[in-house]
Amino acid sequence: MQLRRMMVFLGVAGASVLLSLGVPPLFGQQRPQSGQQFPASYRAPRLADGHPDLNGIWQALVTANWDLQDHEAQPGPHPELSGAYAAGPAGQSIIEGGEIPYKPEALARKKSNFDNRLRVDVSDDKTWHALGDPEMKCYMPGVPRATYMPFPFQIVQGTGPSILMAYEFASATRIIRMNWEQAAPTDSWMGWSRGRWEGDTLVVDVTGQREETWFDRAGNYHSDALHVVERYTPASPYHMMYEATIEDPNVFTRPWKISFPLYRRMEKSIQLLEFKCVPFTEELLFGKFRKQAAR
Amino acid sequence: MRNRYRASTALVAAVVAVILVVPASGQAPKKYNPPKTPWGDPDLQGVWNDATSTPLQRPANVGEKDTLSDEEAEEFQKSLAFDLSRDRRDGGNAADVNRAYNEHWMDARRLKITADRRTSLIVDPVDGRIPTLATVPPERQRVRASRAEAAARFAAGLPDNYTDMSWPVRCVVRTDVPPYLPTIYNNNFQIFQSPGYVTIAPEMIHSARIIPVDGRPHLNKGLRQWLGDTRGHWEGSTLVVETTNFKAEEGVLFQGANPATFTITERFTRVAPDSINYEFTVSDPTTWSRPWTALIPWNKVDPGEQMFEYACHEDNFDIVHFLTGARLREKNGETVGQRPARTAEER
Repeated sequence: MQLRRMMVFLGVAGASVLLSLGVPPLFGQQRPQSGQQFPASYRAPRLADGHPDLNGIWQALVTANWDLQDHEAQPGPHPELSGAYAAGPAGQSIIEGGEIPYKPEALARKKSNFDNRLRVDVSDDKTWHALGDPEMKCYMPGVPRATYMPFPFQIVQGTGPSILMAYEFASATRIIRMNWEQAAPTDSWMGWSRGRWEGDTLVVDVTGQREETWFDRAGNYHSDALHVVERYTPASPYHMMYEATIEDPNVFTRPWKISFPLYRRMEKSIQLLEFKCVPFTEELLFGKFRKQAAR
Repeated sequence: MRNRYRASTALVAAVVAVILVVPASGQAPKKYNPPKTPWGDPDLQGVWNDATSTPLQRPANVGEKDTLSDEEAEEFQKSLAFDLSRDRRDGGNAADVNRAYNEHWMDARRLKITADRRTSLIVDPVDGRIPTLATVPPERQRVRASRAEAAARFAAGLPDNYTDMSWPVRCVVRTDVPPYLPTIYNNNFQIFQSPGYVTIAPEMIHSARIIPVDGRPHLNKGLRQWLGDTRGHWEGSTLVVETTNFKAEEGVLFQGANPATFTITERFTRVAPDSINYEFTVSDPTTWSRPWTALIPWNKVDPGEQMFEYACHEDNFDIVHFLTGARLREKNGETVGQRPARTAEER
């Protein structure tokens, strides 16, 4: 017993000596530093056109869909009905610097979004989108929210002029047009995505997004001036780094950046399934317009 | 000697059979070799459009003719286009203005018949008609009757609830459910290919049908989806697609087919640089008396034209308009029987 404890202690001490001297360990592989390429020299496999092969089913493991910023665990909307079901997990901010640089007047809107996130009123076309988190209403989530929702997405990349990103949530899709000049012809829920390669990084410039999408359930939002630049960088056979720079002079004082890893889904039989959530929202949205039973 | 005679007879019979079978679907006899992707699959990539005025079933006025002469075809196309067009001034002011959801919104390609001048998209059976079943099983009849009542309430402008509306009106599925049939607008499909997959992105509604072509098994039977579960394989240069595991909800499938007994095989063959033959065979012994097959040409879209996002549910004001309109009509004492059903065009 004594001897065993002694050996464990020596082992730990030995390893820390090696690390502190910067000497690579003799056995096994080095533990990657969180959020870095591993190994630093990682070079992704290539497609026939020489570009990194990003094909696969990917998923974020951050809890940013509840709140991009630091957040504690929180009860669900109706704990008296659902207990711990629908409760939200705690999580750390994925924003560089921790906070979204709102203009002072814009913060009030974020707060009212949150306060009204569970309310819906579609009785008037003009105020159809005024209330409620678009996720609750099963609307296409926009970019970057689609990337960190707790659902997988698939990158379909061949050697043609565009790459398809297919999201499980709401069966949303977006086409990444590579080296495309034409600007967004109109606003859309998933925006207008134009891609290019910078070394091993797929850079996607997203404009033309509808103003109604939100960033998260905390009510973080943007206007129709939103401009997102995403960067997808392969980091190992099993993960890539995702970064997005977010700019919107109507709402924020300066551009800001989020980053987190995307993990490859490794299940042998993995495939994107359907999360067609429209039928889950119909009673909430349209139930009150039904015929009332005769009195 | 006797054996050799028999063998040559069999050969002649086989050749005759081939000659008889080949021209049936109106395909070009000259074989086109499509380009290949860098990993060796036939290349089907691009944006394709399946609009046509050629009806699925052969209309009575063309008799038994499956293919028309040039002159007949011109007449056929003209008369179909006249019926389909919404830019008309012949119905009186009220009817003409009611057609305000007009040509501007429609796909102009839907006013042209197929280039091979066929009279129906159905190529089998030879009469070009859906082989409907004389006696539908009673439990299916009950489901159909209840759907028909809901549809009648909707058509009369008196839906009880959103559940009286069809899945396309509710923006759950539209032309993204196979078989892919041409409709009034958004007839575009973009095909993407990547090693081991062919992906079809229908414009309406924004779903992606990601088809593994690597021989993997289907999902387990119990896991059902609105668009089913799709697997593909190559037969020569034809992509053959099998789809199973359709969701059991009534009305999801074409013609109210029964998801429990429905099967579908689709074949995609690039027959020219700018044309794919899309052929599907469906079978359902509780809906049709025999399997049937249709052939629909997919034409390559001009590179300057592209796919756009077709959002549907996000701004589906119609549902609320239909329901609030119905509540108002009820208040006025209107009933389904009194109100004329709207025509398909007005809907």
